[in-house]
Amino acid sequence: MDRTALEMRTDADWPDGIFATLRRHGITLVAQVPDAGHARLIRACAAEPSMRLVTLTTEEEGVALLAGAWLGGTKGVLLMQSSGVGNCINMLSLPALYRTPCPMLVTMRGDFGEFNPAQMPMGQATETVLTAMGTVVRRADTPADVVPVVDATLRLAFNTYRATAALLGQRLLGAKTFGTAE
Amino acid sequence: MMRAESGLLERRAVVRALLADRGDLLVVAGLGAPAWDITAAGDGPANFPLWGGMGGAAMLGLGLALAQPARRVLVVTGDGEMLMGLGALATIAAQRPANLGIVVLDNERYGETGGQLTATAAGIDLAAMARGAGIADARMVTDAAGLAALHGAIGALAGPLFAVVKVDPANLPLVLPPREGAFLTARFREALLGPAAHHQV
Repeated sequence: MDRTALEMRTDADWPDGIFATLRRHGITLVAQVPDAGHARLIRACAAEPSMRLVTLTTEEEGVALLAGAWLGGTKGVLLMQSSGVGNCINMLSLPALYRTPCPMLVTMRGDFGEFNPAQMPMGQATETVLTAMGTVVRRADTPADVVPVVDATLRLAFNTYRATAALLGQRLLGAKTFGTAE
Repeated sequence: MMRAESGLLERRAVVRALLADRGDLLVVAGLGAPAWDITAAGDGPANFPLWGGMGGAAMLGLGLALAQPARRVLVVTGDGEMLMGLGALATIAAQRPANLGIVVLDNERYGETGGQLTATAAGIDLAAMARGAGIADARMVTDAAGLAALHGAIGALAGPLFAVVKVDPANLPLVLPPREGAFLTARFREALLGPAAHHQV
């Protein structure tokens, strides 16, 4: 199979808009478990001297990391794929109890034109799970929505001290086809 | 006084000793007995006791240590809590925070839920796991001399530092910190960042 058939859309430049928005908000800590949909943004953050990139072994680590960072006056953001949201559920108790900002940027799988059946359960549960834990959720499904949604997600988190999430829809990212499309 | 009848170190005495002359040390405690222990040693704004988020204490300490590189940060947690977030050892080792210490009070029990045995009771060595992750100063403490050395290492922190202190499993009287998380966050941030903390956006 052609390896490129496994890759998602990589030419879109909306990740650069997210990067500029993070910079504008003074985000200096970027915690992440990689996702192909975030690859361009992660590269930009890694190359930015004012940002510290922390690669996590599981997404819930990032929820605790951001709480500690805020205690010390640092603003962070957590990047993950929708499957990682399931790993965060109980740790989202921390921002809820301690009123610490926890903005999350979530690239969606199991959402729009998915090929892999394994992505469906968590992808379909992502918004429900986040909402159940008190997270304010907003979605972007077109490139034009991305910056306003990410901007609002960061504002809601840091202005009102809570967990917030921007879901970046699979329609925006393009679905992995595993060579079956066309 | 430092040892219980079992011959093991007594956890409250251990924490009191480690926090003696703490200076500007910032302290995060994992949920349950470690939170009661740091409170018994003296509650204050530079203490951040966790009431939940099991498995997150070390990572919360990392976030704080990265945000405040000029301040020493000590995480005091239990073996059950640390076992739930072992991946943090890798994450922390990769970040190499010189100002972060983690002390695991290892009673080999889930003490708050009836004293069920944890994996450390079967011989799992958390210090070895930390060393394997790449935390060079990872030690096991079982006596007063080791405790004194650990106290010194926390005072002149050149971390990351990881220590397992084997403690007696007795459940001690509850000494509870404030329960309201918003209060704990605001008092900690104000003490650390000043009144401007309440206006950060």
